[in-house]
Amino acid sequence: MEFFLQNLVNALQWGSFYALIALGYSMVYGVLMLFNFAHGDIFMVGAYIGFGVATGLTALSAAGIVVLPNWLILVLTILISMFLTSLLGILVERVGYRPLRDAPRASAAITGLMIGIILETGNLALLGAQRVRFPSLINSITYDLGGVFVTNKKIMIVLVSVTLMIALDQFVRRSKWGMAMRAMAFDHVVVPLMGVPINRVAALTFAIGSALAAAAGILFGVAYPVLDPYMGIVFGWKAFVAAILGGRGSILGATLAGFLLGFIEIFVAMIFPSTLRDLIAYSIILLILVFRPHGFFGESHSARLRL
Amino acid sequence: MRKCVWPVLFSVFFLFNLSSHVWAKSKSIKIGINAPMTGDIPKVGEGTKFAAQMWLENVTSQGGILVGKTRIPVELVIEDNESKAESAVKVSTKMITEDEVLAIIGPQSSKQAVPAGDVANYWKTPMVSPWSTNPDTTMDRPYVFRGCFLDPFQGPVLANFISDEFGFTKAAVLYDVSSDYPKGLAEFFKKAWEKLHGPDSIVAFESFTTKDADFSSQLTNIIRSGAQVLFVPQYYNEVALIVPQAHELGWKKPIVGSDSWGSAETVKLCGKDCYGLFFSTHYAAAGATGKTREFIEKYRTKYGYVPDDVGALTWDALGLVQEAIENCGKLTGNIEKDRQCVRDALASIKKFPGITGEMTFTEEGDPIKCAVIVRISDKGEYEFFKSVCP
Repeated sequence: MEFFLQNLVNALQWGSFYALIALGYSMVYGVLMLFNFAHGDIFMVGAYIGFGVATGLTALSAAGIVVLPNWLILVLTILISMFLTSLLGILVERVGYRPLRDAPRASAAITGLMIGIILETGNLALLGAQRVRFPSLINSITYDLGGVFVTNKKIMIVLVSVTLMIALDQFVRRSKWGMAMRAMAFDHVVVPLMGVPINRVAALTFAIGSALAAAAGILFGVAYPVLDPYMGIVFGWKAFVAAILGGRGSILGATLAGFLLGFIEIFVAMIFPSTLRDLIAYSIILLILVFRPHGFFGESHSARLRL
Repeated sequence: MRKCVWPVLFSVFFLFNLSSHVWAKSKSIKIGINAPMTGDIPKVGEGTKFAAQMWLENVTSQGGILVGKTRIPVELVIEDNESKAESAVKVSTKMITEDEVLAIIGPQSSKQAVPAGDVANYWKTPMVSPWSTNPDTTMDRPYVFRGCFLDPFQGPVLANFISDEFGFTKAAVLYDVSSDYPKGLAEFFKKAWEKLHGPDSIVAFESFTTKDADFSSQLTNIIRSGAQVLFVPQYYNEVALIVPQAHELGWKKPIVGSDSWGSAETVKLCGKDCYGLFFSTHYAAAGATGKTREFIEKYRTKYGYVPDDVGALTWDALGLVQEAIENCGKLTGNIEKDRQCVRDALASIKKFPGITGEMTFTEEGDPIKCAVIVRISDKGEYEFFKSVCP
């Protein structure tokens, strides 16, 4: 039983990352009908920006210029990095996707891949190939709950992720801009004619998706403190799988599928030899897609942003 | 007019051929360095490059390598293999066919050294891998040598060390199934351990693939298996993830590593979680004496940190090649003949006094050397714990 619960805890943490990144894929698809294949690399850049901000703030604090407690540094790091990464998202949309909005979808997909490579190699050129260690802002405390080991980091990661997901849900459901996004998803030909500024909505969508990826990047740095320029590739693919599995354009779907993916990966490794983990995990997902080709919450011939 | 073309072409070709021979004779000796400058283990590439450059300065200050009675200057061709097998093959092929190097140092890790060794052997070019411990690198390849001990030796050394030091009988292994070095060593360790403690004494044999970051399910399995010790034959970037995660999941027992832990980067990335752990390696920097100490001091003043085993082994590998070239006596300028000569001289080197120990090659081109067990101290330094000789 403890064994099962322990894996459940592990899976919750692992699934949070997939869910946060899958949300970015899904939102962009819902509004603009394109998959931003650079999203995994935006996650990587977010983690590196977080690394820079955290290192800077820690240094400032250590030098006695502005003395901040570590938890506040972490909160500031998350907020500042989310903001900076959302600017990067807007830039990517402006440079990479807006000029191609009327081009064939395949061109936009290739642009995404190219922007991804530019971000990876740009980072490599800027910071070199050495791994960087994400500063440990919170001391890891392990709680032993009757044989199940939970750390304060794990609790924080899951809580922050869920909070962000709820905030996104409320934003899309209640705010005017959220309504504009949903409207755009409903019909991206007619809605701009009604006076909804498509460029601003597109920029906003990218900004939000990138901010979520940045949050995921920093939480990832807290849990797995070794960063490298190629960390976003495989992670991006897997989160993309989660976005498809959840149903393209569905926020709830992306969240649930992200967690489900984490659960499948962890529990497959628990039951089967770990060598076969990805083989079995992704065969299961393939099987699910055979029976539900549009994912859990997807509808055929539609890609609306739904709740 | 057309009649002239062929004779002219021939004479140009002949002159070019001739001049290239003369050129090669008067020109420097080229040695290739095939190193992972980018990719998964860039610190290994950096150590290789720094040690090679230090060696080059040393040789250049003496006026070059003494061949017969003249000193010939040396040139290094340093290329990046991106820590990928296919790039290492490409780099070695380019060095041999385009740069016409006399010998190649590297690649370092077995994942690249095993396929690149095949290339060097095919082109009959002597290659010395300073750090590759997998037996396949030199197996049935007369032109391929190495500067370190082998995994069939390292596996039993670790199994014996854990049994003697802690008295444990149940062990777990966590390794990368998609990389030659961890996979090979995990299996040699398993074999040695089972020989000591019976067929079911490896209670968990868990794996992952390169670039994985989360090991929680494997570690949860390991903890449940009742293992008394965990063996992790991984590179520094993975060690820095595995060890803290194991501690966070409640693992309080020892974790033991192999020579891939020896990088200067391990403690920097892993932090306090790695303090007090043991691993086997090629040399211990703390408490070194004589020539080894001299090398360490020189390296530290030059580059600002204590060299790891890769640096020391690269230094020794270059020393071996230098001695082989000197023993060769003369270079003809015909690259194929010279390579053959260097290869034969390498194979017949006896008791080479390296900074990582004395070396004599076996038939396979593997040196017989001692292993060192190192403890990571509470200050994060690599302390000599004990030495195990074959």
